[in-house]
Amino acid sequence: MAVTKLFGASIKRREDPRLITGMATYTDDLTLPGMAYAQIVRSPHAHARIVRIDAAAARRHPGVVAVFTGRDLAGALKPIPTAWLIPNADLKTPPHPPLAVDTVRYAGDGVAVVVATDRYAARDAAQLVEVTYEPLPAVVDQITAAGPGAPQIHAEAPGNLAFRWAVQGGDAGAAFAEAQRDGVVVSQRFVNQRLIPNAIETRSVLARYNSGSGELTVWYTTQNPHIARFLMSVVTGIPEQKIRIIAPEVGGGFGSKIPFYPDEAVVAFCARAIGRPVKWTEDRRENYLATIHGRDHITDLELAARTDGTVTGIRGKTWANLGAYLSTAAPGIPTILHGLMLPGCYAIPNLSYEVQGVFTNTAPVDAYRGAGRPEATYLIERMMDLLAARLGMDPAEVRRKNFIPPDRFPYTTAAGLQYDSGNYTPALERALEAAEYRRLRSVQQQGPKDNRYLGIGLSTYVEICGLGPSAVAGAVGFQGGLWESATVRLHPTGKATVFTGTSPHGQGEETTFAQIVAEELGLPIDDIEVVHGDTGSISMGWGTYGSRTTVVGGAAIALAARRVRDKATKIAAHLLEAAESDLVFDRGRFYVRGSPDRAKSIQDVTLQAYLAWNLPAGVEPSLEASAYYDPSNFTFPFGAHVAVVKVDAETGEVELRRYVAVDDCGRVINPMIVDGQVHGGLVQGIAQALWEGAAYSAEGQLLTGSMADYAVPRAHMFPRFVTGRTETPSPHNPLGVKGVGETGTIASTPAIVNAVVDALRPFGITHLDMPLTPERVWTAIRTHARR
Amino acid sequence: MKHKISLTVNGTTYTHEVEPRLLLVHYIRDVLGLTGTHIGCDTTSCGACTIHMNGKAVKSCTVLAVQADGAQLLTVEGLARDGQLHPIQEGFWEEHGLQCGFCTPGMMLAALELLQRIPDPTEEQIRAGIEGNLCRCTGYQHIVNAIQYAARKMRGEEPRKAAV
Repeated sequence: MAVTKLFGASIKRREDPRLITGMATYTDDLTLPGMAYAQIVRSPHAHARIVRIDAAAARRHPGVVAVFTGRDLAGALKPIPTAWLIPNADLKTPPHPPLAVDTVRYAGDGVAVVVATDRYAARDAAQLVEVTYEPLPAVVDQITAAGPGAPQIHAEAPGNLAFRWAVQGGDAGAAFAEAQRDGVVVSQRFVNQRLIPNAIETRSVLARYNSGSGELTVWYTTQNPHIARFLMSVVTGIPEQKIRIIAPEVGGGFGSKIPFYPDEAVVAFCARAIGRPVKWTEDRRENYLATIHGRDHITDLELAARTDGTVTGIRGKTWANLGAYLSTAAPGIPTILHGLMLPGCYAIPNLSYEVQGVFTNTAPVDAYRGAGRPEATYLIERMMDLLAARLGMDPAEVRRKNFIPPDRFPYTTAAGLQYDSGNYTPALERALEAAEYRRLRSVQQQGPKDNRYLGIGLSTYVEICGLGPSAVAGAVGFQGGLWESATVRLHPTGKATVFTGTSPHGQGEETTFAQIVAEELGLPIDDIEVVHGDTGSISMGWGTYGSRTTVVGGAAIALAARRVRDKATKIAAHLLEAAESDLVFDRGRFYVRGSPDRAKSIQDVTLQAYLAWNLPAGVEPSLEASAYYDPSNFTFPFGAHVAVVKVDAETGEVELRRYVAVDDCGRVINPMIVDGQVHGGLVQGIAQALWEGAAYSAEGQLLTGSMADYAVPRAHMFPRFVTGRTETPSPHNPLGVKGVGETGTIASTPAIVNAVVDALRPFGITHLDMPLTPERVWTAIRTHARR
Repeated sequence: MKHKISLTVNGTTYTHEVEPRLLLVHYIRDVLGLTGTHIGCDTTSCGACTIHMNGKAVKSCTVLAVQADGAQLLTVEGLARDGQLHPIQEGFWEEHGLQCGFCTPGMMLAALELLQRIPDPTEEQIRAGIEGNLCRCTGYQHIVNAIQYAARKMRGEEPRKAAV
């Protein structure tokens, strides 16, 4: 049986046939006998005291089974916990009740739940729940909230301060003193606006409680079923072994399906209380109100440099808007995943950075694709361009000058991270070449045509991926490990089932992981099934986020497969009456070196392992192995992106003409899937730069409350992307892979903003905050022209 | 007060009594159990619920079931025939035109109607033609490739893959 080279090949995805025929099962597709539907009643106020809830009319409505309020749940469910308790930051963790009891703290905060026999009845009855509110003053922006006289959101968090975190390295004070004397200091305030993740599938939960066995089964839209089981147990008090969490097909997450939300606990409570399965599915408006948002930073930043462009220091402060409650990973996002990445891919010896996490009367903010790293990359990449402009240098040259040189890896940054490997200049050169950088610069020098201004923007980035070493996770307060589990089980017929503790939901690892196992064991790929997303059959694992699935989960699978191979080698040696050390394993066949004709296939050996008629001494029957891989370090993918725009000075409209992405994610298992990940990330990052932004009114009403109001980008808004790769394997990862799920989002936002600001330089514009809508660009041009 | 409707979905005729306010997408999903058609928004923005009604692509969240009385509907479940994928499905598979798959049924049905109107569309026409459908995963480029693949195949040409 011929086995072609699978690792590195663009294999078609094995998950696709069910998805393209309508045969895939997402949570909301499930129906159970006797199933009822829940509708959560949400606060229309951003901040108010609940005076009274009258559910009598709702209870009388035909089809209604039950109505519960926060008070009904208070004794039965514990508060929703935060799972990232960053140390040395004076972190405050005010209680987050599953349904509000006395006070609502954002528009969308749940106050009651209605359960009825069908969707429409539940919605009708939810309208009949009469809640009397006493509105309180609200605050939505983090600087006002952190300032004097702001409405106080939690008694436990004076000044609305959730935490104050800082990182120092080198001597930033000295670097800035020197730069003020002999060099340059560039400073800028940046607003990294709030985004809405917009997985096209909204959240959905179906819970069934078996009062006979005491078992709770929950099908739901999660990126990490085992973490969900753990937290479900904490919140409901149901023992962990009695809880089974199943993530069926999940329709995108982008971080928004990491958190353990109040809603899943509420639905589980309902199922138990009424003794029938209960399903709840958000509508999009509810998703915008009550599913986490991302980003939302305001930053004051300074960069110190010598006049030759050498950066000597960076310092500043960020106010991170966390919303009304601390979501599951919220404290770690603007600190560990953001602050530590501030120096980017540059050898900046001195750093001083503070982040204040602030409560506001808005939806909770947590991980959205990139999670902290896009914000960091945006800051440093904008600063590099501001420095280049100040010194009259080419932005590419400033970057080249400050890159960490390839011979200094592994490199420990001023923030204390150790970058595993990197070679930044070749990626930049390749991106510049693909974009025809030199030619474009000379075209640009000829001036605008038809009042359309050419702009070229660069972004060279490094990101922290493959989360991560568990000891580090513990040291930074993450209340979990970040290793990953895998089991590779061969069946008597020689087929294989692979179990992974990660929970892919569109990233294609059913294919990628099968490629890894096929490569390691020489099995035909169609003989391998990858199982994920079910705590009932899979060992503890930590899920899919932080570009960790292939890096950590894939490594665990490779290690498990190698253990299987080791055991199979023992059995094969016994069957061939040879020493193990004389055996060759080649494309699924074991044979004595020099005698390929007399071989035992992996399938033959597997059958013998199960029959166990003739096993070597000390070898147990069956053929399967598990591995628990805890990485020794993070991985640090990098790359260079170039955006080319034309800005119409008459209308302020930005046209993205060309986009080049050269990424280095280490070894590539499936180039087609890697390209898909890059493209998807690019679109989200570009959209932040140009169109997207969640807006609240001063009173805390979400103004961008629907897809008709929030600019999720569409196909016609993009050119065809040019992608390229360099390959610098991770030295510590068993597969040499680095992760690629977030690179596009991390790199593209500053590339676009740099391009637009580059185009606007003739007007004296040095910075504009995102999104760079026609109105914002037009207004800036008019304002500067008047000066 | 319920209304009796009778309609044909993927070649099978159904008759049901429905509430006048029942959305067609809920009828398809909850009454007929054809869950391949998805719901992604409440504002006719995302296109996840796109089906064909009498040969035209419609967003079934914005049609009442009673308005489909007497209509011929095609949903994702009706695309493949006799175990053979439709060229549009084949294109999405070959060209990695999907990731999480949630927008995919609606996207394919919107694309199919586009190809029925314009058998040899330019890339610009494809991008404009699917602007009523949101995808948050793919960045659209592989979707464009998938539709180009299907267009070639439906025209009887060799459906060569885009270079990866």
